[in-house]
Amino acid sequence: MFFNSWLTNFAALEVGQHLYWQIGNIRLHGQVFLTSWILLGALLVFISLGTKKMENDPKGLQNLLEFLWDYIRDLARTQIGEKVYRDWMPFIGTLFLFVFVSNWGGALIPWRLIKLPSGELGAPTADINTTIALALLVSLSYFYAGLSNKGWRYFEYYVHPTPIMLPFKILEDFTKPLSLSFRLFGNILADELVVGVLVFLVPLILPIPVMFLGLFTSAIQALIFATLAAYYIGEAVEEHH
Amino acid sequence: MLAFNFFGATEGGLFDINATLPLMAIQVVALTYILNSLFFKPVGNVVEKREKFVSNNIIEAKNKLSEVKKLEADLLTQLQSARTEAQKIVSEAEDESDKLYKEALELANNEANASKEKARLEIESQTSAARDQLSKQADDLSELIVNRLILEK
Repeated sequence: MFFNSWLTNFAALEVGQHLYWQIGNIRLHGQVFLTSWILLGALLVFISLGTKKMENDPKGLQNLLEFLWDYIRDLARTQIGEKVYRDWMPFIGTLFLFVFVSNWGGALIPWRLIKLPSGELGAPTADINTTIALALLVSLSYFYAGLSNKGWRYFEYYVHPTPIMLPFKILEDFTKPLSLSFRLFGNILADELVVGVLVFLVPLILPIPVMFLGLFTSAIQALIFATLAAYYIGEAVEEHH
Repeated sequence: MLAFNFFGATEGGLFDINATLPLMAIQVVALTYILNSLFFKPVGNVVEKREKFVSNNIIEAKNKLSEVKKLEADLLTQLQSARTEAQKIVSEAEDESDKLYKEALELANNEANASKEKARLEIESQTSAARDQLSKQADDLSELIVNRLILEK
């Protein structure tokens, strides 16, 4: 009996429940789009404010944005290499900003206070659709980067040290997006669940360190995602001699 | 209930993959373009312009510094050559004055020696003259004595 009531209570966290939007034949997870629009809107407002009056002597927000830009450039340059990092910097930066804003937005904003008819608002990256979309974009990007930079010679990469590597490298093309998407999804969902369960069990004080830990993992996950995406692109455009 | 929802395949569930995926992908691609034009390009322009400005200034400063160093070295060599020149002149003058001093000294010595010799010769001649006179007087005296003695006898 206790187990049953625990289950129903735990289910109050509404794991795996979604706010469905039906457009014609397709069904969407509305809560994901709602939170992503709010967070991306905030990000865009923040960026427009910071880049409104660009000066040679940076002040205020421009400083922060320049620091961010520099951080992303360093990330892209070290992973992709001096030659083509410029082409991929906006993509890597967008991945970083999107994942970071989603993770932190999901952790910092008390979405739970907004009641939805079904499901609940949270980090967009806690939905498997978002993370798979990001991971597939990364896969497409590194294929495109490799093919556009080296043409058919890109496929030399698959037999690079020896042809024995061929099956493993083909397998990697599947494991890369899989690991990218599930790492992000799992970390953010687990963080939300841990915080949710702790808040549910001990509403005061105890969840706070876990929340800080959650902020830490959120930032780290954004960095890991962007770094790995850049690393895969760098691997694809790297010249073997 | 949870168990069904957790991996539920029918309605909802954690791994419910639907049209959210492609739409989210499109949204991220659109965001990439928006952020590129709103954020990466303008900030990059400003930062790279500044980096260029700074590096240009550094290069210019380095050029100026090397020019200054070259000028300094030039001046130093000039100074050194002037110094050696001056030293040469001073030593030459010293040599000259030394020579003049020596010449004058020699001249004076010679003169002194000559006058000393002259004086000596004079003294000698006078001495011999006096001696001659003395011996003559002695002769006269002895003659006188002899004459007297002879006459008394």
